Amino acid sequence: MSVRKTLATSKRVLSQLRHDQRTLALIFIVPSVLLTILKYVFQGESRIFDSIAPMLLGIFPMIMMFLITSIVTLRERSSGTLSRLMTMPIAKSDFIFGYAIAFCLLGFVQALISGGIMLGLLHVTVLGGTIPTMLVAVLAAFLGTALGLFTSAFARSEFQAVQFLPAFIFPQLLVCGLFVARSEMAKVLQWFADIMPLTYSVDAMKQVTVSSSWTGTLTRDLIVVACFAIAALILGSATIRRQE
Amino acid sequence: MELAVKIKNVSVTLGGHFKALSNINLDLPIGKTIGFIGPSGAGKTTLIRGIVGSLRISSGEIIVFNMPAGSVDLREQVSYMTQELSVYPDLTVKENLKYFITMTGQPRKASGNTLKDILELVDMTNKQDSLVSDLSSGQKQRASLAVALIGSPKLIVLDEPTVGLDPVLRERLWSLFTKLASQGTTLIISSHSMDEASRCDDLVLIRDGKLVAHSSPRELLQSTDTKTVEESFLKLVGDKE
Repeated sequence: MSVRKTLATSKRVLSQLRHDQRTLALIFIVPSVLLTILKYVFQGESRIFDSIAPMLLGIFPMIMMFLITSIVTLRERSSGTLSRLMTMPIAKSDFIFGYAIAFCLLGFVQALISGGIMLGLLHVTVLGGTIPTMLVAVLAAFLGTALGLFTSAFARSEFQAVQFLPAFIFPQLLVCGLFVARSEMAKVLQWFADIMPLTYSVDAMKQVTVSSSWTGTLTRDLIVVACFAIAALILGSATIRRQE
Repeated sequence: MELAVKIKNVSVTLGGHFKALSNINLDLPIGKTIGFIGPSGAGKTTLIRGIVGSLRISSGEIIVFNMPAGSVDLREQVSYMTQELSVYPDLTVKENLKYFITMTGQPRKASGNTLKDILELVDMTNKQDSLVSDLSSGQKQRASLAVALIGSPKLIVLDEPTVGLDPVLRERLWSLFTKLASQGTTLIISSHSMDEASRCDDLVLIRDGKLVAHSSPRELLQSTDTKTVEESFLKLVGDKE
């Protein structure tokens, strides 16, 4: 693996997005707008908004990075650029980690903007503090990136890549504890939630919201999310073939 | 004779049943422009992908500079231009080249000169800051070709590099290919255009995944008693059928 080639790949991905202002708006502006809308949806019941908003800060980066990474990577796979790169002296990990770094950086900026608006303008209280909140949000972005890189191998078109959102992400969204506490769900759904990464991302954000100190559960949740992401990156790397 | 590529009894079956290449045997010498000529679907791209190591052959052996095709050590010696537009449309020409220069492992200090030279070679200096998506199809083709010219590869494999180019630029590129070959670089250039064939040192005629002929243009015309490569091709195909 080459640091120079990995960073060049990150820079290239970011340059591509720099030319795509609509995607940048989706990443940086839309989450804050959605949070603001939600604030006024729950105008009379601010306590509900206060409990949901931080969790969404752990969900938005994951969903957006998943969507964008899966489509961008699919384009690489289908346009011939990946085939060309694989005939060059680069390691698959240069490519995969180049993507991961670029999108984690975007996730960080997204978390700064959305978190700043949530904490500063929308006056949501997070007992755990700003830094753990940002950490969970960035890790969620990392998870979304890794899952997007992996699932793009199973799509033949951008249309198929988008289909993974309702098929793979939405079920996780339903059982992650955002709408109903997981303990109140049917047992089989609890088991399903236990093996899904989004559950731990949302759990981590819940911990940050309700606890002023760093808890063991928070550490566990973050490790689980990171492990899922790293496993998805390794699997994603395995789906890239030099030879067909 | 020192060989750039040796192809021994190579067959490729795609999708479990379609025989894309049947028992191909070829010795391709170093420092020549070698044209892979044949109609669309003949198997030119399949053979090319076997040589650059991006396609696993079903049987036989492809040796490039005494190493199995696709070997790690060959990645710095072989450059490949795919038939698709294998550059990033949402980057400028210069950004694309800078990225691929890094990926090919060129030294950082050499990047500036290399970039300038390549842009001049493909006549894209005045378009270097344009997004690839904003270019005409011929300009996109040149941007993709530029990537294949990065560094100093010993073998350059170009899959239909002159499609969509105007005659003036085509002429310039063929002069460049001849110059590179005279300096010791081996070029494999696929084309379905028979009129380009006469510019090659060596011709490999392919049809339906089978080798029809392998010789120099002059030998081909003499042996078939024809005046053009197209006539030779038709005569050879007719004889076999």
